[in-house]
Amino acid sequence: MSTKSILNLTVNGKAYEKLVEVRMTLADFLRNELDLTGTHLGCEHGVCGACTVIMDGEAVRSCLLLAVQAEGATLETVEGLADGDRLHPLQAAFQDRHALQCGFCTPGFLMTATAFLKENPSPTDAEIREAISGNICRCTGYQPIIEAIGQAAPEAGGKPRE
Amino acid sequence: MKPAPFEYYCPETLDEAVSLLEQHGDDGKVLAGGQSFMPLMSLRLARPSVIVDLNRVSGLDGIAANGDGGLAIGALTRQRALERDAELPARNPLLAAAVPLIGHFQIRNRGTVGGSLVHADPAAELPAVTVALGADFVLTSAGGERVVSAADFYLGYMATAIEANEVLTEIRVPAWKAGRLWAIDEVSRRKGDFAMVGVALWADMDGANCADACITLFGVGGEPVRVEKAEQRLKGAALDDATLKEVERIVSEELEPDSDIHASALYRREVGGVLTRRALRAAAERGTEGNGA
Repeated sequence: MSTKSILNLTVNGKAYEKLVEVRMTLADFLRNELDLTGTHLGCEHGVCGACTVIMDGEAVRSCLLLAVQAEGATLETVEGLADGDRLHPLQAAFQDRHALQCGFCTPGFLMTATAFLKENPSPTDAEIREAISGNICRCTGYQPIIEAIGQAAPEAGGKPRE
Repeated sequence: MKPAPFEYYCPETLDEAVSLLEQHGDDGKVLAGGQSFMPLMSLRLARPSVIVDLNRVSGLDGIAANGDGGLAIGALTRQRALERDAELPARNPLLAAAVPLIGHFQIRNRGTVGGSLVHADPAAELPAVTVALGADFVLTSAGGERVVSAADFYLGYMATAIEANEVLTEIRVPAWKAGRLWAIDEVSRRKGDFAMVGVALWADMDGANCADACITLFGVGGEPVRVEKAEQRLKGAALDDATLKEVERIVSEELEPDSDIHASALYRREVGGVLTRRALRAAAERGTEGNGA
């Protein structure tokens, strides 16, 4: 074993093979090695939720994983949500309900909500609140985010997992 | 790069993992779900020179029935797997109720049962619940296995009985007693934050009176804190208002918490008592409905 390792993984349907330092976090790998800068880094120690991505179907904090731990994994990041110019139902609902202002926390909220709605396609407001409790927004306010997730639920929850 | 440099090993068997730990001694550090340890590394509060990642070790996860009607939980079982286990509320309602209180669902997707137990944050739910349940921990090294009770495992602030060459491999939870009353409650700044004060408790009843009880608080000391004086007070007594009020007073008096930026010692003592009273009240009111009985 050394301090570098070859990493194979799939991100948003595209396969990658890269030599990475073993101490690199998955978040830094996505941003700096794959140029997928949609995944944002806020606190970098697991509190803010901005770096949430979906790994093998589960929402996880990418700052709390080493990139090498994603060996063989299938990842979805915010860049994979839209279909060309056509927004994902959650993105469209966020736009419609003004659920973002500065947008820094938005990718984390979108990925959290994507995973959440797949598991619970018709959530109550209380369940939405619980689901986003691990994501911090400091300027928009949570109310429009809750509304947007509720609005997108029927469509977003039904979208089959890739 | 946030974490300091280290050598990374990703063994696929337990034998390999423990021999790596044997080889690297105090330089080696086990990585499980990483939900507590990765922040420590990123903040460089921890700078291990060798990481032994357990995530690809087979046979360390899963929830199985123990011979005596209890549970044998693999240490690498994700907290989320416990949460999704439809049978857990019947098999151990206190444990089932504790899991959703851990962090947020993204944390529980990665966080492991064993990781939380060994990390031993004094405000974490699982250490207190395993103490309350009388669970045993199986610690495995290259030399074999030893079993340590949860109560003996926790030695003080983030200090445990595990040695550098050992891996926590299994958590054995005794059978849930039919008719047992139970509750867990905590006060935190925000949903999912670490508890400033929390309590996990159970009471076995003989008719209207309490025959046996266990009251364990968390966030009020370096390790889970059992308040045996309050347990003694409950024994033989009905769970009426007068008894609960007295239990509240005893808990407040017995606790010796520290002050920190989250709460003062005075606040923790006060809230510890109040939470215990409320939890006992909730346990009594809920009764044994849907209780594995």
